[in-house]
Amino acid sequence: MVGIDVSAETIYAWLAAVPDPEIPVLSITDLGIVREVIVNGGVTVALAPTYSGCPATEVIEQSVLDKLHSKGLKDVAIERRLSPPWTTDWITDGAREKLREYGIAPPARASGKRALLGGNRAIACPRCGSLESTLVSQFGSTACKAAYRCEDCLEPFEYFKCI
Amino acid sequence: MNRIKPDAQLALRLYVQRLGDNALITGQRMIERVAGEPELEAELANANFALDYLGQARMYYSYAAELEGAGRNEDDFAYARNDREFQNFLLVEQPNGHFGDAVVRQVLFDSFYLLQLEALLECSDQRLAEIAARAAKEIRYHLQHVSKWLIRLGDGTSESNARVSESLARYWRFAGEFFAGDEVDDKFRAAFNGPDLSALAVTWQSNIDALLAVATLTVPADIEHPVSGGRAGLHSEHFGFLLAEMQHLTRSYPGATW
Repeated sequence: MVGIDVSAETIYAWLAAVPDPEIPVLSITDLGIVREVIVNGGVTVALAPTYSGCPATEVIEQSVLDKLHSKGLKDVAIERRLSPPWTTDWITDGAREKLREYGIAPPARASGKRALLGGNRAIACPRCGSLESTLVSQFGSTACKAAYRCEDCLEPFEYFKCI
Repeated sequence: MNRIKPDAQLALRLYVQRLGDNALITGQRMIERVAGEPELEAELANANFALDYLGQARMYYSYAAELEGAGRNEDDFAYARNDREFQNFLLVEQPNGHFGDAVVRQVLFDSFYLLQLEALLECSDQRLAEIAARAAKEIRYHLQHVSKWLIRLGDGTSESNARVSESLARYWRFAGEFFAGDEVDDKFRAAFNGPDLSALAVTWQSNIDALLAVATLTVPADIEHPVSGGRAGLHSEHFGFLLAEMQHLTRSYPGATW
């Protein structure tokens, strides 16, 4: 087949419009899931799965295929790239702000053992900004979120866990 | 079953397949608990963890299927094999009891599985090392959660302490199986720089001793007749019932899609 005259940058920009199915305010590029776009003859998009059992993984793959097919690209392959493993550190700064506006406290920086085991670090309420928040449940509506309550404005909110 | 000496390639495939078996059966027992946990946070944790195990099983089985190269896929490994072909630890297939049972079983298994995964980061098979890196992040989190519960129950009331002590006594005899390697483990270790099970046993014991001390629980005495058989596909009587339920749909409606 004839080479594609679309650059990897253009394709990446298209993918920036593909929303995450669980948190639609963020795109898959915001989350750092799109690791690489390779153009040679066909297009290969390397995606990093977030959690092993995340039900969104396949939805995201299908959304990428749908988006690129709708742009007229036919030969599109998805590569699941496990290494290095996805971390919340890859969520962009802009996306952190979007998360906060959406009502979800963004993950603390520097994932890994310290953040995971570091105990009760103060999580700022995404509504009023107060640091007086209490962990209600380590587990929430999806694998990636925990439930908190703000002690100042008394609103419940979700916190995007750090992994 | 594997009395024949496996070559390196077969050892790798079986090693990966066993990781899948442990993850799948652990996940299946957790799925049976869904909607039965004592409080909402534990309920969500259980369901989330079950998903992690299921996702990990898929990664292992997909890879095992590729290594085998016989046209099977992940679903064939999960749903079209018979009991003797599964080689999970007997601990993970034991029936669900009360919440304390689940906590104790998960602490015993996850504390081994995490050490196994961390050792696999150093193995020479790149794909397996990558899966292990992904899985280790999740299991570290699971272990942290169940360890906290074990401490709460052990160091809780006399009733909760008595009940988890009982769970510990019941499951302790299954733990020795983690470290009783066979030809597959030996070959995998030699050919791919796999885990040294005797070194893992020492670390595991000291980690468990430390946790039980905080939980004010007594470390059970050494078991005279430890239980084993999982690596040979010799299961406890509970396993057939688990498979019957898990495989019901694909057995009744082969090739069903939705």
